[in-house]
Amino acid sequence: MNTEFIFKYLPLYEKAAVLTLRIGVEGIIIAILLGIICALIQYGKVPIIRRIVSVYIELSRNTPLLVQLFFIYYGLPKIGISTNAEVCGAIGLGFLGGSYMAEAIRSGLETIEPIQAESALSLGLKPAQVMRYVILPQAVSVSMPAFMANIIFLLKETSVFSAISLMDLMFTAKDLIGLYYKTTESLFMLVVFYLIILLPVSLLGRFIERRLRYAGFGT
Amino acid sequence: MPDLGLDVLFKGKNMMRLLGGLGTALKISLTAVLLSIPLGILLGILMVRKELVIRAITRLYLEFIRIMPQLVLLFIVFFGSARAFGSDISGELSSVIVFTLWGTAEMGDLVRGAIISIPKHQYESSEALGLTSAQTYFYIIIPQTVRRLIPLSVNLITRMIKTTSLVLMIGVVEVTKVAQQIIEANRMTSPNAAFGVFLTVFLLYFIACWPLSLLARYLERKWG
Repeated sequence: MNTEFIFKYLPLYEKAAVLTLRIGVEGIIIAILLGIICALIQYGKVPIIRRIVSVYIELSRNTPLLVQLFFIYYGLPKIGISTNAEVCGAIGLGFLGGSYMAEAIRSGLETIEPIQAESALSLGLKPAQVMRYVILPQAVSVSMPAFMANIIFLLKETSVFSAISLMDLMFTAKDLIGLYYKTTESLFMLVVFYLIILLPVSLLGRFIERRLRYAGFGT
Repeated sequence: MPDLGLDVLFKGKNMMRLLGGLGTALKISLTAVLLSIPLGILLGILMVRKELVIRAITRLYLEFIRIMPQLVLLFIVFFGSARAFGSDISGELSSVIVFTLWGTAEMGDLVRGAIISIPKHQYESSEALGLTSAQTYFYIIIPQTVRRLIPLSVNLITRMIKTTSLVLMIGVVEVTKVAQQIIEANRMTSPNAAFGVFLTVFLLYFIACWPLSLLARYLERKWG
């Protein structure tokens, strides 16, 4: 292990990690928003749009991100929709994550039996209050584990961004291996940087899960 | 109507080549699944043992494999093996190794979850009835866990098939790589091929994974 080499190329990895994180966070925000919208449409049983949403969910869950990215990045410009690599990465991640988030949120909403909403309504709560005080507090605690797992999953998926020539961690590592044959050092740094990004999120997820468990009737 | 570049698919053997690429992807994932299932069951059984050392080691293995992106694992095995053993292993073999390591970890965790979901009194009752621990597993625990595991492992297969798309990054010629080659070769005659060909790849993956997802959901509902 050549420490000199590691310190010399540390800034490259830092820059790559920031890029990975930035696109990852952008993509996750898109995914959460898309997920909430899709989950509400399915929960509210909005006609027609609901069908479109379920087609989207099936398509996005059953195809790999890499292929989605290739289609967005190389395919769509051919019919006149072109974006730069970064926007493409965030949109791709959002497209993939939206369906996972939708499923997580919907499963939370659906565990609350209708009788609870009905009882709350008959007690005189307004529909917004039913959502705020009865359904959401329970649904959130049910959805949270899947929600955090999805965030980790999406952060991990960012590793394919190098395929659309974004200079992320994978790209940097591959570049350094190709240029200097410092395989051990490059891979070591790659692992360390992914741990720096993913470990805190993973620990946070576990912490939140423990804190919210009380709502789930002993599960 | 713009040119969508779908005509490329019908030139020469292009469609067959794409399907061949999908075949490679499926072959890698199925080999890995077949290896991961027995190894995962073994890992799962090890993970619920009382010995602290065994538990610590298996836990560490699981956490490391889980937290690392699969692409990082592919890089470690593909590039790292050349450095560590001084000999190159092919991209295809590397991907089978990585998917097996990953599948074993995931499967092990599922098995562990299924085993600990069996209430403790069942172990105690079978011990009271005089069954050895091997008999307890074979006749009592395994039959119950298998039902719970089958839908989850079908899901794992779809995840593996999707993840095989990554192997193109270590130079394995699978469906996405074939797509790139086709687009490259036809750049002059049909400049819009990227749209049609990648759309086809997208749909091919969907056709490969969707039935499995439906099967998993059906089994989950039936046995859940």
